[in-house]
Amino acid sequence: MSAPTISPAPAPAASGSARPKARKPKKTGERLLHWFTWLIIIWLALPIAVVIAFSFNNPHGRFNYSWTGFTLKYWGPKLFAIPNLTTAMEHSLLVAVVATAGATILGTLAGLALGKYKFRGQGVTNLVQFACISAPEVVLGSSLATFFLQVRIQEGALTVIAAHIMFCVSFVAITVRARVVGLDPSVEEAARDLGASPWETFRLVTLPMIMPGVIAGAMLAFALSIDDFITTEFTSGSFMTYPLWIWSVSRQGLPPQVNVMGSIVFAVGVLFAIANSVISRRRAA
Amino acid sequence: MTQASEQAGSTSATETIPAIQMAGIVKEFHSRGDVVRAVDGVDLEIGSGEFFSLLGPSGCGKTTTMRMIAGFEEPTHGEVRLYGASVLGVPPHKRDVNMVFQSYALFPHMNVFENVAFGLRRKKTAKDEVTRRVGEIIETVGLSGREKRRPRELSGGQQQRVALARALVNQPRALLLDEPLGALDLKLRQAMEVELKRIQREVGITFIYVTHDQGEALTMSDRIAVMNEGRVEQLGTPRDIYARPATRFVAGFIGTSNILSGPVTSAAGGSVVILDGDGQHVEATLRDGLSLSAGDTAEITVRPEKVSIKPDADGCAGCRLRGTVTEVVYLGTSTNYNVVTSTGDEITVFVQNSDDSAELAERGADVWLTWDPRHSYVIGAQ
Ligand SMILES: Nc1ncnc2c1ncn2[C@@H]1O[C@H](COP(=O)(O)OP(=O)(O)O)[C@@H](O)[C@H]1O
Ligand SMILES: [Mg+2]
Repeated sequence: MSAPTISPAPAPAASGSARPKARKPKKTGERLLHWFTWLIIIWLALPIAVVIAFSFNNPHGRFNYSWTGFTLKYWGPKLFAIPNLTTAMEHSLLVAVVATAGATILGTLAGLALGKYKFRGQGVTNLVQFACISAPEVVLGSSLATFFLQVRIQEGALTVIAAHIMFCVSFVAITVRARVVGLDPSVEEAARDLGASPWETFRLVTLPMIMPGVIAGAMLAFALSIDDFITTEFTSGSFMTYPLWIWSVSRQGLPPQVNVMGSIVFAVGVLFAIANSVISRRRAA
Repeated sequence: MTQASEQAGSTSATETIPAIQMAGIVKEFHSRGDVVRAVDGVDLEIGSGEFFSLLGPSGCGKTTTMRMIAGFEEPTHGEVRLYGASVLGVPPHKRDVNMVFQSYALFPHMNVFENVAFGLRRKKTAKDEVTRRVGEIIETVGLSGREKRRPRELSGGQQQRVALARALVNQPRALLLDEPLGALDLKLRQAMEVELKRIQREVGITFIYVTHDQGEALTMSDRIAVMNEGRVEQLGTPRDIYARPATRFVAGFIGTSNILSGPVTSAAGGSVVILDGDGQHVEATLRDGLSLSAGDTAEITVRPEKVSIKPDADGCAGCRLRGTVTEVVYLGTSTNYNVVTSTGDEITVFVQNSDDSAELAERGADVWLTWDPRHSYVIGAQ
């Protein structure tokens, strides 16, 4: 800012006065970028805003598609007025919690192994992980369905959980591995050197250092699991989850409770994301 | 102070046993089908309370040697003993030595106090004792008042001190330091050299110090092992190693040295003469165990500050050699002369600028180089 005043060669008056001003009016490109950014934010946020808005709607018929009046009643006891929906939501939460726990544990171990050691089959493991992430879910889901049929496993809560763990593991493993690769191996050696057993070293040094990766992976896993439709549809049998229930009733019209539950899930997700970024920023500070 | 006395108490019984013994140590690494011999037959005995340096160029096996003492590598052949007891197969967390890593390797998620207390807590030390000992050592390294800081909130020099405190607080039988000052800038490094030596004296713990910097090794060490290509080339006090390099490698690696070679004309009484006549005379002392006879070719070395430049050699009884000045460099505290001798060797001479008088000789001048034969040593023979 003070550069013009300390520049050794005295600038001609015209350019000297032009320079501080030149920073204020934005270039066309910059202005475009500014508007484009806002456009994208609105584009992404609009559907969510609609879902939240219609959770306060008071529809007259079965269809919650047009605004007919404000109410808070679906945010109260009426939220649980549809037993099937409540059960489906409970199922979804159960699956998401168990699958997240399972995928986080397995994915963390896989990420540690992949980031830390060189071993036979490492390349293949990496490849399979990326294949898992990039393969169309329809393919994964239908082949899982075929598999469960072939080995005569009754489809239900357990098969859904197994399937969710399977597709979430890669995401956790990849976020954890990114963290592990950035670690200085001598920090773990220092812990061993100071008398920590291998387990203590993991618990007191390695795990806290990779924790941001583990948490990010777990949040990703939870988000992927709770609203998964395709894989769940293929592996659930008669087990009903929140997205499956919505799909099954969508042609008869969705009650506002769906919006309320959706809004709550979204809000909890946002809270976790904010908490995570606040914590990691505080750590970095 | 209490630490020093406790340390002395626990080691008095074992004073005569070396803190660390390495016998016939060989370490081979297998990488991509090749066998790399990082350490190739090292024998060392390091006394209790000694400040011992491993000095050598990058890749000569210093770190590997140290990691075998700490337990991060197992020797391919040979044995490591701590206070007489073999530690083969003992994992690092069960060895009573601690290491200071070049990258410091502090725990980023713990504050200074927790970092330093880590080792004591692993040993289930009582809480108030942890507080007391950590407090003491933090004071010793000069970090009082910063206990609550995270490592990243400290400067490089302060992180260095935390790493040191974290190791020292355990009162290990030996402290291993792998190029600990490598990441610091020159000023800080020189200050830390003095600091390290003070701390070592204060806590009385054996220090094994790895460095490629001859200045650091000479400044701080009680003894130095100069390593090259996995072997110890010379073992001795800094003075020994500087003044009497045993091999051409040591002579070249530490300080500046002049090398003259020529056929031995006469050998007697622990010294050899390689040039005599025409008013010139070059003589050098033989190390123990080295013997040469007339006709062998000898290489001798003499340090630049031991040589004087004179216009003539009248009345000089020691070594005398004629030459021509090829370069004069004024360095403030000293002046550097490069002289090509009548034997065709190039000799560097440092002359202290103790008075303001003009230069002793100009470029192109014919001069005499003289020195005491006690300052030239035979380093090898073909
Ligand atoms: N884990 C390892 N695998 C293969 N080669 C190694 C390993 N560690 C060290 N080396 C090799 O051993 C030699 C000595 O290394 P090091 O002890 O680190 O030397 P210094 O510390 O003196 O620089 C080098 O050539 C290095 O490449
Ligand atoms: Mg090294």
